[in-house]
Amino acid sequence: MIRVQCAPFDAGAETAALTAGRDDLGAVVSFQGVVRRGDGPDAVDAMTLEHYPGMTERELERIEAEAQRRWPLQATLVIHRYGRMEPGEPIVLVVCCSRHRRAAFDACAFLMDWLKTRAPFWKLEETAAGARWVEATAGDEAAAARWSEP
Amino acid sequence: MRIRYFAWLRHRVGTADEEIELPAEVTTVGALGDWLAARSPGFKEAWQTPGVVRVAVNQTHVTDTAAAVKTGDEVAFFPPVTGG
Repeated sequence: MIRVQCAPFDAGAETAALTAGRDDLGAVVSFQGVVRRGDGPDAVDAMTLEHYPGMTERELERIEAEAQRRWPLQATLVIHRYGRMEPGEPIVLVVCCSRHRRAAFDACAFLMDWLKTRAPFWKLEETAAGARWVEATAGDEAAAARWSEP
Repeated sequence: MRIRYFAWLRHRVGTADEEIELPAEVTTVGALGDWLAARSPGFKEAWQTPGVVRVAVNQTHVTDTAAAVKTGDEVAFFPPVTGG
């Protein structure tokens, strides 16, 4: 299941809802991305996430389907926010449920790595020096590339 | 054809989206980018810098500038994504 929303989310409540009533899960791995303030002149006062409505949902669904194709997953959840948020607020949540931990760990890392290089979101940071668009990093590309299939 | 721009590319071009009449000779993503670049100095600067502009046709990423475009398509141009 994927969700794109402006409102904050409660990772604990979302995970509880995803796993409620199930006794077939042996592993639940989750990742939550949070707005980081940072230090010095680069400190972030707030961040606005722009996205491409329509494509965002389609791309997240494609990424989720790819994870389900690669690993035996009982349930998955991806929530990504857009709009303006402040340091400490959650941006993204990925939850992967499987019978065993390895699939859940790997699928969670895969979903984040692919999401960061494929889902059409762009971060605009507000700092003391003004607003600036965050640049994509080679590290993110490398992280996604390690999941490429032969 | 609907053209959409996102993030700083939207600022450079000065609009989030526009409707264009696709010239008959423009049949690929590469040709479309070149045609748009001839109309917008802001877009041209970004389009001519390697690795700066990404493209989606009908809300699907395309990496090949030879990918086909046709009247009725929605084509989006944007910087590398930075979500997550």
